[in-house]
Amino acid sequence: MHDPSAATTKVASFDVFLTRYLNPDGSLSADPPAFAKDREQARAMYELMLRTRLFDKKAVALQRTGQLGTYAAVLGQEAIGVAIGHALAADDIFIPAYREYAAQFARGVPMQAILQYWGGDERGMAYPEGTPSHHDFPLSVPIATHVPHAIGVAYAIKLKQERRVVLASCGDGATSKGDWYEAISSARVWNLPIVFVVSNNGWAISMPSHRQTGAGTFAQKGLAGGLHSEQVDGNDVIATRAVLEAAVDRARNGEGPSLIEALTYRLHDHTTADDARRYRPEAEVAAAWERCPVKRYKAYLEAAGFWSADDEAALIAAGTAAAEAAAQAFVATPPQAPEAIFDHLYATLPKSMEWQREEVRNRGPISGGH
Amino acid sequence: MADLTLIEAINLALASEMRRDPSMVVLGEDIGRNGGVFRATLGLLDEFGADRVIDTPLAETLVAAMAIGLSTQGIRAVAEIQFSGFMYPCVDQVVNHATRYRNRTRGRLSCPMVIRAPNGGGIHAPEHHSESLETTFAHMPGLRVVAPSSPARAYGLLLAAIRDPDPVIFLEPTRLYRLFKQPVDDSGEALPLDTCFIDRSGADITLVSWGAMMHDTRIAADQLADEGISAEIIDVATIKPLDLDTILESVAKTGRCVIISESARAGGWASEIAAGLAEHGLLSLFAPVMRVAGYDTPMPLAKQERVYIPDVHRILHEVRKVFELAPK
Repeated sequence: MHDPSAATTKVASFDVFLTRYLNPDGSLSADPPAFAKDREQARAMYELMLRTRLFDKKAVALQRTGQLGTYAAVLGQEAIGVAIGHALAADDIFIPAYREYAAQFARGVPMQAILQYWGGDERGMAYPEGTPSHHDFPLSVPIATHVPHAIGVAYAIKLKQERRVVLASCGDGATSKGDWYEAISSARVWNLPIVFVVSNNGWAISMPSHRQTGAGTFAQKGLAGGLHSEQVDGNDVIATRAVLEAAVDRARNGEGPSLIEALTYRLHDHTTADDARRYRPEAEVAAAWERCPVKRYKAYLEAAGFWSADDEAALIAAGTAAAEAAAQAFVATPPQAPEAIFDHLYATLPKSMEWQREEVRNRGPISGGH
Repeated sequence: MADLTLIEAINLALASEMRRDPSMVVLGEDIGRNGGVFRATLGLLDEFGADRVIDTPLAETLVAAMAIGLSTQGIRAVAEIQFSGFMYPCVDQVVNHATRYRNRTRGRLSCPMVIRAPNGGGIHAPEHHSESLETTFAHMPGLRVVAPSSPARAYGLLLAAIRDPDPVIFLEPTRLYRLFKQPVDDSGEALPLDTCFIDRSGADITLVSWGAMMHDTRIAADQLADEGISAEIIDVATIKPLDLDTILESVAKTGRCVIISESARAGGWASEIAAGLAEHGLLSLFAPVMRVAGYDTPMPLAKQERVYIPDVHRILHEVRKVFELAPK
């Protein structure tokens, strides 16, 4: 008997690096990057994070009072959106899933637009001209199907010899889907300028992360595709911004795509239509509140002398007022004309469909609904 | 003007448009060095280079999704799926994104892209290589579905599909790829979309078809002519949006109609046309509208595919029923 194996290829030896600067209590675990030591930059990140949380609270309240449709809260995950918002340049292209409001606000999406979208109005995805968001993609509800669009967008960037970066984000559940794998598997083939961000918030509705995959981390799924892959503490806004900035730089410099798994926790239900008490223990949620990204970062700012109680009170007042103003503007927005459902179906409505638009225009009051 | 097969006309249209529009790319599996499994992209790699003739990994969802991403950035993306039965992984991308980005963003993003695929059976291919998907795609709002029936129409309609500002599914008649040649002028001129073509004028009955079934329909019309029956043939060409007006005008003249389609009968596009005739053309009809279609089975494997695909005999059988009910 002789050993029939001809060779051994070592395939499964790797380390997944986890970056963290802030301990859960806000104390520093490592010397932070320059942006976190810059008073104005450090404050701006906190302002965006807390404004997002106040907006989120208002959106949930609107839903609970029957003024908004189903809404996907971002409570507990705000730091990732803040980091994305700061890591991307204006010309870069953001392809979001549906919880990255902070990044969208940073790129010029008005709060009112997010309410319009969840309130059932397509105009909430028009995103204003003259802002970076105008060339970004809209929220994407089907899980993971938007992620491979990044391949085409980034290929177009390469073809046009532009120095832009594409950032596509999704949740942990999305990494179970074929669409996601097809993107991850192919991105390095063309060495595309893409940053994939996976927000691992612990739960895909009722399914805990460990039941999505036998892989020990979500980051390691990128290693098989040849991507620079690592984890970051997604509730540490300093670490998340630092890791994303490095990934964006690599992409911009032709060093290829990255996969960043940001560890966070969904403190709210999956959406306002969900009741997480059905499937996860209250104690787990209570423990997760101890890792809250807002509280953690505020403690850092206070310790650094960048933030005071007066600052906090002023921001809460301003952020609450901004969310309130967005809510009022949303509620006061006149509905689209009924025939607007035909307006952007095609560049020009086919002649054979014109009668349908005419029928809607002329049919009078429309019944049903609420 | 050269005599070309249908697949050569496709190849000519792709090359011609890539010369005219430097923003156009083609992408798909084995389309580069191999020139595509049917050779539709033969020579393109050498002329336009690997940046614009993109050999993709073996991932059909990716091919559709990549075309979406490219097209949103002003790149005219023409994707090839090797066989229609492998288009199903594209469906999610087409129905949830390609057809919706314009609508969802109120015109901010759009997807001027084409997905080309051979469609239908008749070449003794393995399982899953011979399906007819026009009805599947035609039901999706915001899409164009185009099915050429000759080399010249393949050339002109493909140019139109590529230049169209919205997504187009371009279903090529597999068994006509090399069946006959026709003079094709590389004029760079597109044929109109959203319009049926009067393939042959006639007075007694309207035969409506598209794609590969047009070939059998033309043979059936020849036989009817020998019997003294003058059949008008309409090549639907753009399946969706449907130009019902041209069909109605024809039926107003002939009073009789048979619709010939390879895709399965129940809920098929022939049914959609028949419903349109029932709503808007009933009073011109001397007899019921009849459908000749694939049976409501999967496309059988090769030994039985001719059982499934409508043939001249089945077309003539339905035509004769019409004339029994409403003699000339």
